[in-house]
Amino acid sequence: MAVKKDFKRADGRKAEDARPMTAKVGVIPNADGSAMFAFGDTVAIAAVYGPRKLHPQHMQNPTKAVLRCNYDLLSFSVGDRKRPGPNRRAQEISKAIEWALSPVVDLSLFPNTVIDVQIYILQADAGTRTAGINAASMALAQAGIPMTDLVCSIAVGKNDTNLIVDLSKGEEDFEEGEGATDFAVAKPANSSSFSLMQMDGKISPELVPEATKLASKVCEEIYEIQKKTLKDSLLPSEQEKGAKK
Amino acid sequence: MSSMEVTNLTREKLRKMFAEGKRFDGRKLDEFRDLKIEFDVSNQAEGSARVRLGKTEVVVGIKLGFGEPYPDSPDKGNLMVSADLLPLASPRFEHGPPGFNAIELPRLVDRAIRASDVINLSDLVIEEGKKVWTVFVDLYPINDDGNLIDAASFGAIAALKKAVLPLLDKDGKIDHKTKSTNPVPLAKDIAPISFSFFKLGDSLILDPTREEQEASEARITFGISTFEGKPMVNSCQKYGEDLFSQEEIEKAMSLLPVKFEEINKKLKSVL
Repeated sequence: MAVKKDFKRADGRKAEDARPMTAKVGVIPNADGSAMFAFGDTVAIAAVYGPRKLHPQHMQNPTKAVLRCNYDLLSFSVGDRKRPGPNRRAQEISKAIEWALSPVVDLSLFPNTVIDVQIYILQADAGTRTAGINAASMALAQAGIPMTDLVCSIAVGKNDTNLIVDLSKGEEDFEEGEGATDFAVAKPANSSSFSLMQMDGKISPELVPEATKLASKVCEEIYEIQKKTLKDSLLPSEQEKGAKK
Repeated sequence: MSSMEVTNLTREKLRKMFAEGKRFDGRKLDEFRDLKIEFDVSNQAEGSARVRLGKTEVVVGIKLGFGEPYPDSPDKGNLMVSADLLPLASPRFEHGPPGFNAIELPRLVDRAIRASDVINLSDLVIEEGKKVWTVFVDLYPINDDGNLIDAASFGAIAALKKAVLPLLDKDGKIDHKTKSTNPVPLAKDIAPISFSFFKLGDSLILDPTREEQEASEARITFGISTFEGKPMVNSCQKYGEDLFSQEEIEKAMSLLPVKFEEINKKLKSVL
């Protein structure tokens, strides 16, 4: 196995540990579905609007709904202020997220409509697109859009030769030896295939499949958190329980 | 007719043929078209190359200019990769704001070069914190018959390996007329290039023609170079709605170093 069990990370995590994950649904009451997902200090929120009529008309698809994702960082979510508005990085990630999510959404049920997925990062400490995908997947589910699965996403990567999970910004900036590799992966929870793969760094060809296997394993944990959060959101709150009595 | 999109009939035909390991032009699924590389497209450029992969043609030019370092890296020069999908090169390219493909192409070439550390950006500093060299790598498809990303990546490294630093005149201005013999500082043994695997049905193919590329349902591009003499993957990006399975990733990873070796040999023979 490529993971070194005894490898100690700067923040005390083991190689295979993601940062503490928190999730919540219904964070934006206006939206048809919404969710927050956090890996440690990285916090993403997502809202889903739709299916609703797509304008202009020529963008409509008469056979299925259009899934339209928008990912961006809030200006104050990073060290140096980010100029508001999407840059090329954000545009690329938005498209990659569309492809990450679309395999599980049953778009054929809603021809000529659009399903808008808006993802924003409140606080960034690496792993923003993965947190965003986890939030968006839950928001789609909460919106009641028919889906075949939830999508789970995690970054795996390396510091020098050590395979690690869910890199923090400090680990992403690691420069010794083979340096840092950041490999963002997403997959439908119940599939062994990947719907998002984006990487840069240095990783040997033999290690790439090891990295995706490791990602699959961590995705199981994320799936459980997503399911539990969605289920719990349907339970009556303490207040509602009180009102019934 | 040239702008017609690939029909379902063609897609189904290709799906069947790929499953039998066949292609319209008789190549094997992982076989590249004839690769030709020439240099000196423009004598005004600090380095330039023309790459042909079958009928696909890309020209790449390197220009150097003064730049300011980024605040978070005062001791590093800049690398800027851009591309312009000229309407000259394909009936599918149009003027106007860049679409996703025009954004993605230079970003993929940029990441493959940057992550390989072939350019040591620290060697491009003129005055720390104030003045550095910016290396511009400009990619122009001239004829798009598929697999632009890989072709552009071959052209980018070929042009870079031939690029020289410009001379400065007595006022410290760049003299673009006289060529120096000082190469742009590059790691000699590193040559990052990219390989894109296209998927249709359960088949993976390399170096598709435009028709094959448009028929495909997903793509995954890997940037690869060497580190301490061994093949090293530097970047990866999936494109399109279809998924890639664990087995397909394993298959691609076993083929990648072989193809890298093959193209690298060709690159070395012309450099």
